[in-house]
Amino acid sequence: MSTRTWELLVVAAVLIVSTIVYLGKVGGWIGGVSFSPAVSIIVIILIFLSLVWILVRTLRGSLVDRRIVFLFVGLAVVLPFFMSITQKIKISPEVQQLYDALEALPPGSKVLVSFDYDPPSAPELQPMAESFLRYCLRSDLKVIIIGLWPQGPQQADLALQIALEDPEIQSKSPQYGVDYVNLGFQAGNEFVIQRMGANIESMFPRDYFGAAYRDLPLVRNVKNFSNIDYSFNLSAGYPGTQEWVQVAVDRYGLRLGGGNTAVQAPMMYPYLNAGQLVGLLGGMNGAAEFELLTGVTGKGTKFMLSQSFAHMIVIAFVIIGNAAFFASGRRKPLEQGK
Amino acid sequence: MRREIPLLITGIVGAVFVLQYFIPHWPFSKMNAWFSDWFSIVAAFAIWLGALNLMKISLQKIAGRKEDWGYAIVIIVSFLVIVIPGFGGGQGYREAGTFFSWLYEWVYTPLSSTMFAILAFFVASASYRAFRARNLEATLLLVAAFFVMLGRVPVGDLLTGFMPTGWQLSDLAGWVMNFPQAAGQRAIMIGIALGLVSTSLRIILGIERSHLGGE
Repeated sequence: MSTRTWELLVVAAVLIVSTIVYLGKVGGWIGGVSFSPAVSIIVIILIFLSLVWILVRTLRGSLVDRRIVFLFVGLAVVLPFFMSITQKIKISPEVQQLYDALEALPPGSKVLVSFDYDPPSAPELQPMAESFLRYCLRSDLKVIIIGLWPQGPQQADLALQIALEDPEIQSKSPQYGVDYVNLGFQAGNEFVIQRMGANIESMFPRDYFGAAYRDLPLVRNVKNFSNIDYSFNLSAGYPGTQEWVQVAVDRYGLRLGGGNTAVQAPMMYPYLNAGQLVGLLGGMNGAAEFELLTGVTGKGTKFMLSQSFAHMIVIAFVIIGNAAFFASGRRKPLEQGK
Repeated sequence: MRREIPLLITGIVGAVFVLQYFIPHWPFSKMNAWFSDWFSIVAAFAIWLGALNLMKISLQKIAGRKEDWGYAIVIIVSFLVIVIPGFGGGQGYREAGTFFSWLYEWVYTPLSSTMFAILAFFVASASYRAFRARNLEATLLLVAAFFVMLGRVPVGDLLTGFMPTGWQLSDLAGWVMNFPQAAGQRAIMIGIALGLVSTSLRIILGIERSHLGGE
């Protein structure tokens, strides 16, 4: 069989297995699968031994096929979902700063949350969004949601659904329009932020569901940024935290915290060090740290094991590649494996 | 006039946006409000323009049986599948339980997340094949990547738990992020800002005209 046929067969197999798992979950005939700690350790040892085999093979001058690398990355991401291993998560100063800023807000304070991302970045940012909204609603902070990306408000709606399932929040019976509101999307990037600095209603005359701004008790008296106590921007690119800092923070003095993808987070450190950002959640690690501070374990903590494994696998492959490079006298090109 | 009017609009709007930053009072504050609102309206139209342009190009591709015209059919079908339930669903088309919401949550989200997730596989493969300590610069990059990749995940501290506080991998990663990395970022930002100021001035003054097409 040709390589193309094999690839198509693998894709078909993945689709069939995914469909069976989905139907099993919906039908209730597939429960949660979890490895015991002993099985988890055996799996880790097997992966380690396989990497040693790849190292030996590479040292002999033959690179393994790229699909073998893909397989290892896939296993490193998927297998930890079934492992019952806990990791000790350390709180970084920037996450602690964001948490402290929220803790200092008295109940009833108004928090503006801008959802500036779309589904591709959701695996990293959605855990942050869920834990942030959960914390706000638990602490009786009033949440005003907007989006500068078209899909942002819909991501906010999904995060709200998860946050509202929290028993402590359900006991408070938060009301839409009174305790939280979703003002929807507005096109115009940083110009929207600029106009919001003078008049928020002019940019969001109606909310996500079509209700008039003035009919919403939560925002009726919110004219501009001076009525906002803290803001949080979940960002995956442009427009995002950088634009919020440049327009809302520098010009209107808004207190802003950032929640960024791991790729974007390094660009925010100059703002953080200069005090223009009050706290930063960077990538899934930031979400996991925030969950630890708020005391509610969510997706961030759950997915961190996968991230740890994936990072380890990438580092292992870098080490293997370099070991072979030095072993070959730093010049001999390695052969492509079959 | 096809060139003069756009140049005039660019010049006036650009100058007003610069002036209103330093003089946030009438008439600049009012003009800033007008122009910002106009920008939002133009941006909203641009979304439509982009969508319709995509349809036009895809239809032309199918009609001319150009290369990969089959994908153009997928684009049009996908576009219609998401747009029809959106317009047909009325005011609450995005609410939980609607067909549009189902499409968004269970089709669009997993598909686009998958596209992004594929990067992890390519990064791993590329690192294995090409990320070599060939010279001093590459070695520095490799060492920094090693510290940051391990230090940004809990397993880093697990491996260096025996080290005193301040010397564990997360501390080293924090140092890399806060000092060398932030310094580099700041330098890049200042460079970009200076470039932006210069380019903006050229556009406002009508020296740079490439945004009008041609030249």
